[in-house]
Amino acid sequence: MTQTAPAALPRRRFRVGRRALPYLLSLPALLTCIGILIPFFTAVVYSLQRYRLSQPWARKFNWGENYLNFMSDPAFWNTFKVSMSYAILTVGIELLLGLGIALLLQKRTRFNNFVSIMLLMPLMTAPALASLMWKLMTNPGFGILSYFAELLGFEDFRWASDPSTALLTVVIVDVWVYTPFIMILLLAGLRSLPTQPFEAASLDGVPRLFVFWRITLPMLTPFLLTATLFRVIESIQQFDIIYAMTQGGPGDKLTVFQVEAYLNFFQFTNVGRSAALLMILWAITYFLSNVFIKNWLRLREKQRGEA
Amino acid sequence: MYDKEKTLVDAYMSGSLSRRGLIKSLGAMGVTAATAGVLVNAAATRALAQNGFDWKKHAGTTVKLLLNKHPYTDAMIANLENFKELTGMDVQYDVFPEDVYFDKVTAALSSGSSEYDAFMTGAYMTWTYGPAGWVEDLNEWITDASKTNPDYNWDDMLEGVRASCAWNGRPGGQLGSDDAKQWCIPWGYEQNNLTYNAAMLDKAGVGVPGNLDELIDAAAAAQAANDGIYGVGVRGSRSWATIHPGFLSGYANFGQKDLNVSDDGMLSAAMNTDVSKDYHAKWVKMIQDSGAPDWSTHTWYQVGTDLGAGKSAMIFDADILGYFMNGAGNAMEGQLAYAPFAPNPAADAPTPNIWIWSLAMSTFSQQKDAAWYFLQWASGPEHALFGATQMDFVNPVRKSVWADSGFRDRLSGSYPGYVDMHDKSAPGAKIHFTAQPLFFDLTTEWAASLQKMVAGEVPVDEGLDQLAESVNRQLKEAGLG
Repeated sequence: MTQTAPAALPRRRFRVGRRALPYLLSLPALLTCIGILIPFFTAVVYSLQRYRLSQPWARKFNWGENYLNFMSDPAFWNTFKVSMSYAILTVGIELLLGLGIALLLQKRTRFNNFVSIMLLMPLMTAPALASLMWKLMTNPGFGILSYFAELLGFEDFRWASDPSTALLTVVIVDVWVYTPFIMILLLAGLRSLPTQPFEAASLDGVPRLFVFWRITLPMLTPFLLTATLFRVIESIQQFDIIYAMTQGGPGDKLTVFQVEAYLNFFQFTNVGRSAALLMILWAITYFLSNVFIKNWLRLREKQRGEA
Repeated sequence: MYDKEKTLVDAYMSGSLSRRGLIKSLGAMGVTAATAGVLVNAAATRALAQNGFDWKKHAGTTVKLLLNKHPYTDAMIANLENFKELTGMDVQYDVFPEDVYFDKVTAALSSGSSEYDAFMTGAYMTWTYGPAGWVEDLNEWITDASKTNPDYNWDDMLEGVRASCAWNGRPGGQLGSDDAKQWCIPWGYEQNNLTYNAAMLDKAGVGVPGNLDELIDAAAAAQAANDGIYGVGVRGSRSWATIHPGFLSGYANFGQKDLNVSDDGMLSAAMNTDVSKDYHAKWVKMIQDSGAPDWSTHTWYQVGTDLGAGKSAMIFDADILGYFMNGAGNAMEGQLAYAPFAPNPAADAPTPNIWIWSLAMSTFSQQKDAAWYFLQWASGPEHALFGATQMDFVNPVRKSVWADSGFRDRLSGSYPGYVDMHDKSAPGAKIHFTAQPLFFDLTTEWAASLQKMVAGEVPVDEGLDQLAESVNRQLKEAGLG
């Protein structure tokens, strides 16, 4: 008896309709977004509620009351002011320093490459650890920086313990940690710039300062905008450095958005107020991101048009 | 040899031999004090197993604990095998450092997780956890003779401490009232009194201060007479934890309250009275003149370590901080002494506000009766005595432990003045805050105001009026004022 092999069936291919294809392709991104969107909309709902974990019986929708209360709350405006001051100061100083260091290291030499890698070390340190390190170094009793401050004539310099120098101290820590980020980004930008304009300027004997203002800086602007965008977003959401150094004090000197939101949720269990604070922080971040991205796109279009 | 040891231990357990006599006899047989302690505890466990209570009812069950890294935890873990042997139960635990501990507890409880059956907490935290429905009212178990062993002796707990862990959940409700719910069981506690470096005070030619004015003067004198130190350590970080130790103990000693409770149960700020303003002004001056230069970042850790390292002459803070700083490994080992402290010259005795490390049961536990077995053992008299005499489980919350001569002798031998300090302060020791759900909000703001006053950013009078105004606004917003 012989057995015949079954006739091979034609393979059916799974076909996706043209209309469904874009949705299918965007599915992974959608799934990722869900992980962000669900907590986001949950926070939106919480921010519209009077919701304290310690008073569950009083939980109810108060709609915009949490936001309206902020308008007449001096503590909120202080938080807004402190967050903005911190972001402007840190990003401003980091941009200046980062650009300066990048310019110094622009030329590709073995020494410059080594130094640029070494300068990245602070960026490898967790900000909370960096803060503890700086807290020790600025201890008025035994901190090495306090010792140097005294040598320079600053008697009894109290760093983060004093309201007049607390902001300066945390800004210094932030600058120490994040300047390398700006430096490396701008260094990459500088080294990727076309050489022809610089060679032409050199042949024409154009002064170096003029070259910097008229050629280097305009060509580097997209990189500066990118670095600023990243740092502003991160800086306005600062938490670990400030909390580890001072817990938001002395007084209300350093109560930035994230510190306030953290305290409101984890210590005061005021979920509604904490969520509303974070929503406002999100709105500020969204607005600033849009401004930066629009400018960045406009600049890119301009450069393409000129090319 | 073993039989002789066993006979001695059994004689001790039956009361025919004193603890000192037992240790002495065992010592003569070449048994170390530590081993003697373990033997005594094993005998105590055997005795516990014979008290008619069904300790094996939950044999085979595993309970899981959430614990803070603390000497109390270490003492419990050191004795845990006895519990396992007694009950046939297993115990698992996660231990977290204090910096993140309460965030972990809040996260676990607010998510309704049943992972942990019981956990360490402070009494203040239960003012949030209780009303939120996250912890059980333990009266249900304490009063049930079928679930609690006859030797548990709940009445043995110090009254002020026990009452401080019980609240009826009504904002402003009296702690320990008849209708109060027992949200947690006291485990170990801290009074706030003076720990001082006698040599530094001697060098300054000042005695042990007896009230706030004397403390201010003594701190200034000690600072002036000793190079590189500051006079007095108190907490100063922007946190509720700055208000509850020495600061509130002194404040209460002047008869002051944090909040007024009206007849209709509404709350209002009480910290801007004339007496309060005077007290704040003195406290601020004390820190400005003789406090730590970086006072505004000082938590309990810096207050304690500075004293232990010989960087401060005194602390008005938790007595157990002074206890631990007098121990091995500290520069000031064996050089610290203790005194009860009543800041108000007109007060009869100290009125320390207290911090109580307590044990609570999670509402989300799937095996509450088994968890209670652990809680009653861990807060029972046998473990309390073991911890207090063999480990660093101080301050015990049980009167029987404070009455134990072995414990008192041990403290008096190495910690001069500690027992006397405790005895004089214990009658007035309790939580002096008003129990209400905004406790952490309001005390953190109080600490921030104090920082502003010390920094000279705002005068004391004005700062307290502003604080009272803000407190009243927040109470009103929360429907409490």
